Amino acid sequence: MLDQVHDYDDSKSLTVTAATSKLVVEGVSKWFRTPRATVHALDNVSMQVSDGEVVCVVGPSGCGKSTLLDIIAGLTKPDAGRVLADGHPVTGPGRQRLVVFQEPSLFPWLDVFGNVMFGLGLCPELSSVERREIAHRYLALVGLEKFERAHVHELSGGMKQRVALARALAPDPQVLLMDEPFGALDAMTREHLYDDIQRIWSDSCKTIVFVTHNMREAACLVDRVLLMSKAPGKIIQGFDIPLPRPRSIYDVELVSHAGRIADSLRGTVGGGVPE
Amino acid sequence: MKRFVIVSAFFTMLLVVWELASESGRWSPVLFPSVVSVAQYLWGAMMDGTLFEAIRVTLQRLLVGYMIGVAIGLPLGVLASSSQISEDTLGALALGLQTLPSVCWVPFAVLWFGQTEGAMLFVVVMGTVWSVIIATNHGARTIPPIYARAARTMGSEGLHLWTMVMLPASLPFLVSGMKQGWAFAWRSLMAAEIFVTILTGFGLGQLLHYGRELNAMDQVIGAMVVIVLIGLLADRILFAPWERFLHRRWGTNVRARMLRPACTRTRCDFHS
Ligand SMILES: Nc1ncnc2c1ncn2[C@@H]1O[C@H](COP(=O)(O)OP(=O)(O)OP(=O)(O)O)[C@@H](O)[C@H]1O
Ligand SMILES: [Mg+2]
Repeated sequence: MLDQVHDYDDSKSLTVTAATSKLVVEGVSKWFRTPRATVHALDNVSMQVSDGEVVCVVGPSGCGKSTLLDIIAGLTKPDAGRVLADGHPVTGPGRQRLVVFQEPSLFPWLDVFGNVMFGLGLCPELSSVERREIAHRYLALVGLEKFERAHVHELSGGMKQRVALARALAPDPQVLLMDEPFGALDAMTREHLYDDIQRIWSDSCKTIVFVTHNMREAACLVDRVLLMSKAPGKIIQGFDIPLPRPRSIYDVELVSHAGRIADSLRGTVGGGVPE
Repeated sequence: MKRFVIVSAFFTMLLVVWELASESGRWSPVLFPSVVSVAQYLWGAMMDGTLFEAIRVTLQRLLVGYMIGVAIGLPLGVLASSSQISEDTLGALALGLQTLPSVCWVPFAVLWFGQTEGAMLFVVVMGTVWSVIIATNHGARTIPPIYARAARTMGSEGLHLWTMVMLPASLPFLVSGMKQGWAFAWRSLMAAEIFVTILTGFGLGQLLHYGRELNAMDQVIGAMVVIVLIGLLADRILFAPWERFLHRRWGTNVRARMLRPACTRTRCDFHS
């Protein structure tokens, strides 16, 4: 089964798009050394994302998707290879690349409003009135305007994730890195957010890399899906999703795209998944 | 209100049992003074000023020693948490010396400093510093790294990162470390005051000590009551507001948990 999957080399088009590429990942490898074992998390991963493109990374659990996002964000140093943002090597985190983390990352000492204001407070170009106005707007967008003064521990898991989303969107970063941002949301809220998010993204023209385990979500939101193999993770296949926007998650064509990706993913896991 | 009634009923009952026991005449009033005689002693000591003077002297020693202990202990605790080597050396040293009851420092201090205020301070600092180091070290190791990671992606670094993220993130352990240190400072100061009999200041522990010398049980018990009350008050004034703040923000209050199901960490792994 694995032999059907050829190496997907994204660098072929590198020369063509390098000029317009927002993000370039070049031959990135990563090993984690723990006292018990050395884990080979990423193996020579190359990809690029052009300006305003929305790309999704899918792959089996533990294949290194979060590690890849960490490296793009500049939070983790790769052991080999490098990442370019706007043509400059990434040496550390910066507020042009905001991250929505997989695990809860809200600050418990701030309330919901304070959490959204944290990132805005680091934007010197905004006045304090503008900051407050933006924070209100994004909290309303994720449907939490009534919870502005709530403490973090008083929110449900899905609400926390929506606050994290608002916190990342509010400072208007050029690049958004999202690790399963809708994982803890119920289907209703999620579908609602898909519509809102497609609108925001087409308005603001952000470059987005996100990770999901939901193939229909991937097909609904992105221009291109990158499929990673199981650990050590490498990118083995790319799918273009050339559907017009806005897309509905129930669109027949979209579902067939999603099915195609899911089939390939099953191939990487190795011989189907026992029901 | 109901809570208040129950609490005051409890303590009234305690006092009544004590009074009845002492009035029963089974024990000599010299060894088992009545509530009234202790209250009379406290009243008298309050009126002639010895009590307030003793409280002032004791609190001054306590505060100075405690602040020195915290000022040394906090940075050393952060240092101990910073690497495995410092944990193995400094952390182990602190753990070892913390198990030493602080009264054991008294002979050492008296030999070094003589019967002086310095000896007193030394004992308090030694009592405080190790427990502050241990609590800080432990706490700093348990700050979830995700906070700093999230803040750094938003552009926070340097001073901003330390004051706006690391400091508030470490509040739970800072408060528990300072509280731990306070309890130990209080205990070691009492030990020092009882054993170091100097004339530069007459503290609560010395009141206790001379109560024994004079065979004045009402003075001994009165001083003990005051010591307990000060300990309680300090806890209420210095630490309770912080702890309430932390419980509210972090959602760690046990009672709040029972009213609402505990918030579970959400980590969703959807495997097909
Ligand atoms: N800090 C770390 N120390 C040691 N090993 C790590 C560390 N972070 C990740 N790994 C290992 O690297 C591999 C990739 O982890 P990663 O979190 O990137 O997976 P993932 O694709 O995001 O998985 P999931 O879909 O379950 O979130 C895993 O085998 C994991 O055990
Ligand atoms: Mg992950």
